[in-house]
Amino acid sequence: MLLKVADLACQRDGRELFAALAFEVGEGECLEVRGPNGSGKSTLLRCIAGLFADYAGSVETGRYLYLGHKLGLNGLLTAEQNLKWYQGLVGAAGSVSEALASVGMAGYERVSCQNMSAGQQRRIGLARMLIAQAPLWLLDEPLTALDSAGHELIATLIEAHLGRRGAVLCATHQNLQVAGSRTLELGT
Amino acid sequence: MVSEPQPDSVSVMRLFATQLRREIQSTARSPEEVINPLIFLFLAITLFALSIGGGAEDLRERAPGIIWVLVLLANMLSLESLFRRDYDDGTLEQMLLLAQPVFVPILAKIVAQWCMSGLAMTLLAPLAALILYLPTSELPVLLLTLLLGTPALSLFGAVGAALTVGLRRGGVLLALLILPLYVPVLIFGAGAVTEHMVGVGVDAQIYWLLAITMLALTVAPFAVQAALRISVEQ
Repeated sequence: MLLKVADLACQRDGRELFAALAFEVGEGECLEVRGPNGSGKSTLLRCIAGLFADYAGSVETGRYLYLGHKLGLNGLLTAEQNLKWYQGLVGAAGSVSEALASVGMAGYERVSCQNMSAGQQRRIGLARMLIAQAPLWLLDEPLTALDSAGHELIATLIEAHLGRRGAVLCATHQNLQVAGSRTLELGT
Repeated sequence: MVSEPQPDSVSVMRLFATQLRREIQSTARSPEEVINPLIFLFLAITLFALSIGGGAEDLRERAPGIIWVLVLLANMLSLESLFRRDYDDGTLEQMLLLAQPVFVPILAKIVAQWCMSGLAMTLLAPLAALILYLPTSELPVLLLTLLLGTPALSLFGAVGAALTVGLRRGGVLLALLILPLYVPVLIFGAGAVTEHMVGVGVDAQIYWLLAITMLALTVAPFAVQAALRISVEQ
């Protein structure tokens, strides 16, 4: 089991987002978190990632990658500099250029991230998924700002990750188009 | 075949070097963040030189205090942006989630900030002393106190910067939080130079500055880590 959530409850500003939430995500599984705006999808992911501490219940997880609304890219630095920093931080090896090529951003190594479009920055953020080598991916609205080719790219990346016995928890409004993914509805 | 390093075993040195390299790259792209506080320092010193009447003698007596207070304020200016960009673009989240141990990249950030503020100001202090007619015989003491005292400014200041980074308008609050912490450094730093001018031994002040900086070095990185967590978890 790569992620085990039991009896999770969270309030924000006195409003209950979710209570008695329990689910597991195992190897090769993808769980989509759905729900209207403000139903607590992002907060759930932040609770699991350890970026929001004000919750009750238990979360068990190993190493994971978290891709949130903030991409974690310094606009002043180039794509390569950003990803090399990330590599150093997680202690991963591997080629940054290859990771960029896999997200369709080959040739953008030396371009400052602030000179890229929102969708291109997203793609650089996606390259982190390939660099991190983490078994569990926590993705918060990964489809934002991406074109239809980008949507397909995400589905491909997720399916490849599941094939490597990885697991994905993904908050999204749109259909991920990943075969065999389960859905968790919040705010119903 | 070279075996890949395990993701869980990042060496502390690699972590430190990775973050330091990033700070240098980032600064190279926006040098004004370093240069502006230094320009402020010299503009303010010039203002003092212009406004205090009475000639070289009056200026000389007040020079240690003026230099130290302005170094302190200029340092605070550069602290405001220490974690701001990382907080806004989400790299701070990634740093807190991934770095093991987290205080290593934090320390690297503070070291980089000190090199570009405290150390740079120490190196430029002879010029400031010249403007304020401070005799060259006082320069060694001035430089030594700045060298020993400014790391404490950066370390204490980083705690304040980490606490206020989540606030949109944290500037004034940052000043209110950290200026009291700067007081001992100011007293011993400016006091040492002033007393050296009248021929009193200054060993005690030097040791105090060293002690304060050592204390800051041991405590501040962990305090910054805790403060950043609070700011990010909002």
